[in-house]
Amino acid sequence: MGSEKRVKISVQNLNFYYGDFHALHDISMDMYENHVTALIGPSGCGKSTFLRCINRMNDLILGTRVEGKLLLDGKDLYDPKVDVVEVRRKVGMVFQKPNPFPKSIFENVAYGLRVNGVKDKKFIAHRVEESLKMAAIWDEVKDRLHSSALGLSGGQQQRLCIARALAMEPEVLLMDEPASALDPIATQKIEDLIFELKKRFTIVIVTHNMQQAARVSDYTAFFYMGRLVEVDTTDVIFTRPKEKQTEDYITGRFG
Amino acid sequence: MDKRKVIQSLAFGLFRMAALVNALALAILIYFLVKNGISAISWEFLTQPPRNMMTEGGIMPCIVGTFLLSFGSMLVALPLGVASAIYLNEYAKPGLAVRIIRIGINNLAGVPSIVFGLFGLAFFAISLHFKVSLLTGMFTLGFLTLPVVISSTEEALRSVPNTYREASLGLGATKWQTIYKVVLPAALPGILTGAILSLSRAAGETAAIMYSAAVFFTPKMISSIFDPVMALPYHIYVLATAGTEIDKTRPLQYGTALVLIALIFSMNFIAIYLRARMQKKR
Ligand SMILES: Nc1ncnc2c1ncn2[C@@H]1O[C@H](COP(=O)(O)OP(=O)(O)O)[C@@H](O)[C@H]1O
Ligand SMILES: [Mg+2]
Repeated sequence: MGSEKRVKISVQNLNFYYGDFHALHDISMDMYENHVTALIGPSGCGKSTFLRCINRMNDLILGTRVEGKLLLDGKDLYDPKVDVVEVRRKVGMVFQKPNPFPKSIFENVAYGLRVNGVKDKKFIAHRVEESLKMAAIWDEVKDRLHSSALGLSGGQQQRLCIARALAMEPEVLLMDEPASALDPIATQKIEDLIFELKKRFTIVIVTHNMQQAARVSDYTAFFYMGRLVEVDTTDVIFTRPKEKQTEDYITGRFG
Repeated sequence: MDKRKVIQSLAFGLFRMAALVNALALAILIYFLVKNGISAISWEFLTQPPRNMMTEGGIMPCIVGTFLLSFGSMLVALPLGVASAIYLNEYAKPGLAVRIIRIGINNLAGVPSIVFGLFGLAFFAISLHFKVSLLTGMFTLGFLTLPVVISSTEEALRSVPNTYREASLGLGATKWQTIYKVVLPAALPGILTGAILSLSRAAGETAAIMYSAAVFFTPKMISSIFDPVMALPYHIYVLATAGTEIDKTRPLQYGTALVLIALIFSMNFIAIYLRARMQKKR
């Protein structure tokens, strides 16, 4: 881990509500540029909810409410003046289940550029290729760019979705259990990929797999029942956590 | 044999019978129409206007009229219905307004078609000065089929997985871009199927057009949307009830019915074919 690290995302006293249900309690933590932060915790503890706050995806759910601050490069994402479309362009997301559009492989990756007004065909083709290469799927699809993305295997679809997000050159990449629907080999590929991607992006990944968190992340945050119990370097969390709850979870005594 | 098994096979047998009755009813209807109507079908019948007080000649103006009416009604119902469904399903926040709109749509679906016909006459033909015409018929049938278009479109929109919407918005697309570029294309087979089914419904509609669009005989070919038209279902009605020589025109009546049914069936088959093809393409 480099010595000069810069805070990319700063969360300050964040509370989140689904209607009356208080899902996140007073979360405060920082996430660093070009580092991977893993969010772990038992199912239902609020990992996805927290992740979806970072690109304002929860705005889509009726009756939700956010309190506190969520700063990206020091600017509050929930400031009324902020354009949510702009936020999502900077903060890309990869979902739990691969969700390519029912379009061609090429069009899937080109989609984000097109909706953001890019017209230059050469530029689009170049960026599509670059993104597919970055997502380590280029060699598998380069001969069938114009066939349907739905013909790919689950693991390939997920890497395509990563490529689709990368094509926007986001600053932050959010991943919600990106490998949970995949077999071990596909999972391995995604993990290798994360290792490469963090050189260029800030990554926040939700995982229910302890080994995965240990393998891919630099920082780990442990959530429990809507609260952030502990956040530290992955090394500290997995070897000498300060909280008893964290230790119990890591060692598999509950969850 | 076990008593439960007897009951089971009895129940299944009954259900199978019920299903068979449907197919049987259709088969009998078609047999009946073909048997009585096939002799009337000829090139002349399909391409000539009626002659001699409608006791001879063909039904070409009725075929044309029914085509114009049913496709014309879609020009009204499709944009309006799809737009309403998009609003209800993608934009509207649940609440009193949406509930009232839905109640309105459901009640519209329950309005008898003769009432639509009278409404068309009173509102479009007289108040808006459209006269008894193709245009009035298009609007009347358009509103009649609107609830079907809305509900089939809503159904199609609901079947588009939310993950598509999230993926699109997550890439910085606006809501409208998401609907236009992802949701609508994915919903298209369902929307088209609904549209074609409403089309065939409009083609068979009689009561709604008898005051608003159709005349029982017009010697000239339609030249503007303000002209009235002849139509297949109304022609059957006229020949069977109001003609001077009902018995003499019997074969013509069956022949017209056969043409109408063939038209409607082929529309339905096109709908099925289109849907199957588009689903395969994805
Ligand atoms: N759309 C929603 N509406 C209401 N409650 C929700 C919604 N999504 C999640 N929740 C609740 O919020 C809590 C946290 O959920 P989630 O963030 O999905 O947990 P995790 O990703 O850690 O499994 C759970 O209690 C869940 O039931
Ligand atoms: Mg989750």
